Amino acid sequence: MTEFLPVLAVFIPLLGGVLQFLMGPRAVPVWPMVVSGATTVCALALVGSVTNQGDIQHMLGGWEAPLGIPLRVDGLAAVMLLLNNVVGGLVSLYALGAHGRSGAVNSHFWALWLLLWGSLNALFVSGDLFNLYVALELVSLSAIPLVLVAGPRKTVAAALNYLHFALFGSLVYLAGVGLTYAVAGSLDLTLIAGPLAEGGPAGHMAAACLIVGVLIKAAIVPFHIWLPAAHGNAPAAVSAVLSALVVKSCMYLLLRLWTEPLAGITVDAAAQLLGIIGAAAIGYGSVQAFRQERLKLVVAYSTVAQLGYMLLFFPMAVATAWEGAVYHGVAHGVAKAALFLAAGNVLLYVGHDRLRELRGLDRPLALSVFAFALAGVSIMGLPPSGGFIAKWLLLSAALETGQWWWALVLIVGGFLAAAYIFRVLRYAFLNAPGPTIEIEGPVPPRLMSWTALLLGVLSIVLGFTTAPILGLLGGLPGAAP
Amino acid sequence: MSIMPEPFALAAAALIAVGFYGFITQQHPLRRLLAINIFGNGVFMTLILVAYWLPGDADPVPHAMVLTGIVIAVSATAFGLALIRRRILDANRKQDHGDD
Amino acid sequence: MSTLYQAMPLWVLLISLVTAVAVFIAGEKWQRLRTAFNLSGAVLKLVLVAIMLWGVDLGHTFVVHLPLLPGLNLVLQADALALLFMSLSAVLWLVTTVYAIAYLERAPDRARFFGFFSLCVTATMGIAMAGNLFTFFVFYELLTLATWPLVIHRGTDKVMVAGRTYLHYTLGGGAVFLLGIVLLYHLAGPTDFVAGGELLHLGEDHAGALTAIFVLLIIGVGVKAAIVPLHGWLPTAMVAPAPVSALLHAVAVVKAGAFGIVRVVHDVYGVELVQQLHLGTALAVVASITIIYGSLRAIWQTDLKRRLAFSTVSQVSYVALGVAMGSPLATIGGLVHLVHQGLMKITLFFCAGAYAETYGIHAIRELDGIGRRMPWTTAMFTLGAFGMIGVPPLAGFISKWYLGLGAVDAHQYWVIPVLLGSTVLNAIYFLPLLHRAWFRPLAITDKDRGEAHPGLLWPTVFTGLSAMGVGLLAAFAWSPLGWVELIVVREYGL
Repeated sequence: MTEFLPVLAVFIPLLGGVLQFLMGPRAVPVWPMVVSGATTVCALALVGSVTNQGDIQHMLGGWEAPLGIPLRVDGLAAVMLLLNNVVGGLVSLYALGAHGRSGAVNSHFWALWLLLWGSLNALFVSGDLFNLYVALELVSLSAIPLVLVAGPRKTVAAALNYLHFALFGSLVYLAGVGLTYAVAGSLDLTLIAGPLAEGGPAGHMAAACLIVGVLIKAAIVPFHIWLPAAHGNAPAAVSAVLSALVVKSCMYLLLRLWTEPLAGITVDAAAQLLGIIGAAAIGYGSVQAFRQERLKLVVAYSTVAQLGYMLLFFPMAVATAWEGAVYHGVAHGVAKAALFLAAGNVLLYVGHDRLRELRGLDRPLALSVFAFALAGVSIMGLPPSGGFIAKWLLLSAALETGQWWWALVLIVGGFLAAAYIFRVLRYAFLNAPGPTIEIEGPVPPRLMSWTALLLGVLSIVLGFTTAPILGLLGGLPGAAP
Repeated sequence: MSIMPEPFALAAAALIAVGFYGFITQQHPLRRLLAINIFGNGVFMTLILVAYWLPGDADPVPHAMVLTGIVIAVSATAFGLALIRRRILDANRKQDHGDD
Repeated sequence: MSTLYQAMPLWVLLISLVTAVAVFIAGEKWQRLRTAFNLSGAVLKLVLVAIMLWGVDLGHTFVVHLPLLPGLNLVLQADALALLFMSLSAVLWLVTTVYAIAYLERAPDRARFFGFFSLCVTATMGIAMAGNLFTFFVFYELLTLATWPLVIHRGTDKVMVAGRTYLHYTLGGGAVFLLGIVLLYHLAGPTDFVAGGELLHLGEDHAGALTAIFVLLIIGVGVKAAIVPLHGWLPTAMVAPAPVSALLHAVAVVKAGAFGIVRVVHDVYGVELVQQLHLGTALAVVASITIIYGSLRAIWQTDLKRRLAFSTVSQVSYVALGVAMGSPLATIGGLVHLVHQGLMKITLFFCAGAYAETYGIHAIRELDGIGRRMPWTTAMFTLGAFGMIGVPPLAGFISKWYLGLGAVDAHQYWVIPVLLGSTVLNAIYFLPLLHRAWFRPLAITDKDRGEAHPGLLWPTVFTGLSAMGVGLLAAFAWSPLGWVELIVVREYGL
């Protein structure tokens, strides 16, 4: 039974999405909620069994390598599955409030969201380069139309830009896959490390293509330009998923590739370069976030910045940095979902998200503002929160490896994050004459407020659950225990 | 091997270069989409070449990769074209409203 | 001892936290329920702290470990020093809650106010009970976050500017502190707070690194302790409502900083190592400069709360001065001032709030003749001011006496002129106030509304009389002085 759990976690949402598409609006909201529940349960059971019994491997359809498709769940995959399905389940609950009524658009939303969910799960359990490619494409092709659910007027340009970069990035990645096959004669992640290391220039070329392709899809500076418009204009639930999970899945891929198949050929210069790109992302994204005039764009640029922290793993490359980078991914995923859902509630109530006019929101929208503040604590990396633990680990790694300049990056990044988070909160608490909310919309349903708050609380709770999550993650692959 | 790989390699490199240049320099979404497709064709040719580099008979795996890649590229391009059409229609409608 | 009894620190912490959550949930509408939560939480905590006081006196230990990472634990422990700060906070929290309920009787956003207020006390309790620097830092930052909504409670543009200044200082200090902790952790591994510290063996080889880390740590806690030149936020933050100024800027926040200095000097580095690295005298000099500078600035303030704020800047550094000199007697003076200054300063702030709330008095010149309208409040103000100046046998005198004895004991004779100078300056900025209040003709023209609201008056009377009582009854074993002597005996292993 256990070894079929990865299959279930992938195919329940994929098939559920397809069926939702076929059944149309009348299946909303019962069918999507059933599928969401089943997916969450299966995925959490999968994570549970990895916790108890260790890594799981399953050959799809019973075919052995090289023909079969290997599904693998190790510690890293299990942690990402945990993040994906907890956040995914809560976003589904939120969407029950936002997209719970029948209607063609809502039906499309659910079909695409379930497809996206399944594709993300597929990405995390894939064990070979080409499957990863297919899963990556499924993720993009279901994520981009989701942006359009907010209504075409604002989002067509954003979706188109997103599509360009996603397609370009995946082609670069595909070239890398092909070159790898040429050098290594296999695509299985566990079999290609050795041949690639001995592959000479072709091996390096393959590695470069794989990394650059993923960087483009992960919206790392300077490939970030599509992200703010797409994440900032999509409906709240979609923004949350895109920022918390979709770009995170690309970062997962980067960590996985770097530490396993590419472990033998990575050079220090490339690692340092990735670290510098990460630092640039932190600086640029934070400053931009501070300068935005719209709430959702603040949150979107914050994603550009926060992804940079995960890149700081590469130059340090010790176990502490590994734990810090992954934990940062988890903490940021939860916190960013809370921020976007809270911002969605604001948008629903006010009808726009122009920051200057969002004064005194803490009275009507106390729960959402509180959710935003709690998640903000994690984004700033202040204790007690998941973001703080991640920052602590990365700081320790910086000192452990003697690369103190990354510690400075972390500290300055924390200040910049505080600047843009407190800027938002300042308006929320402001009680002074000035432009105010003109038309008060509906107060968000309880479900939507409480899911946002729950995610906010979770991002604080992550400050205390370090031991079990890092235990599940395990050490840095390839390093001596 | 019955055919010379060099012309293929040169053609692939040229397509990749042209496509990449177009992706960077073009602003219009349609031109950009075309540039990406040219780039993609270069990548696909590279993958076909990979099948020849490998020892033994032509390997089916790169072919499978190319086919999958083409399917994905075609569907993504179709989706992109639909978006571009929508955008042009919206722009026209706005213009008409402006004239009223 | 049962595990439940051992885990007392956790329960104390949870009581404030649960109160905070309950207050938030009760919200604006359920005012009586909210007040009931607030008061019962405060009383319950006082009972628990009393039980712990009794336990620690008997020699029981209270420790809770929560492992986060290998070698990184969240440690809560209640030693004698922790309980000194906890008792002070628990008593004053109850008193201030009563005061604040009356003060904000008709103000908006009360649920938010009391929720964050309880959260602040949670953070303060955590700071008091932190068993290592990491835990201390966690609650130290929580305190920053929880006080910000209180500082900006009124929400006006001016208040927001003050809030920003507050964040600049406190978040900056927090970052420096974090850097210090991580560096120390890297150098010495995980170290818990232990009397005398555990770093002495590193003193020979890593003197430079240890000195640098000490400076980082002291800057980190020095921001909240308002050590010059890191004091800028404190007078600015006086825009907050009076109960906030009273509890947080006379007790919780500045005392958290001062308490941090005590922990770093005594339980991380240890007095011996601090003296060996010549850091004690440096810290004492900085504290002395702060004492004189704060008093000098206070003289020229025309706003009552700002004058009190600069007085706080000056007085809190007595604590730092006491622990820096490294003699047991000076330490007694410093530690006991933690309590004494808290009681006296909160009385003064309560009075300032009562003046503002009853007759709208903010500027010092408006105080003229107020003693006739509000004799009780003004009497308490007088007690607090005399205590600050150090008139025997009030609380402030006891602190200064022990500091002076300690200075002689440690052969730091230059401290005595500092103490005398500070006393003179205190008299210069407090006595004219008293003269105005009692002997000048009435300045305000409002109709006579008599004394302050009882909800404002009684807490003031309580703290004012306590400030006198701890001085008069200092010789008893259960007085703050008696307890501090217990701490010092245990710390120095005498």
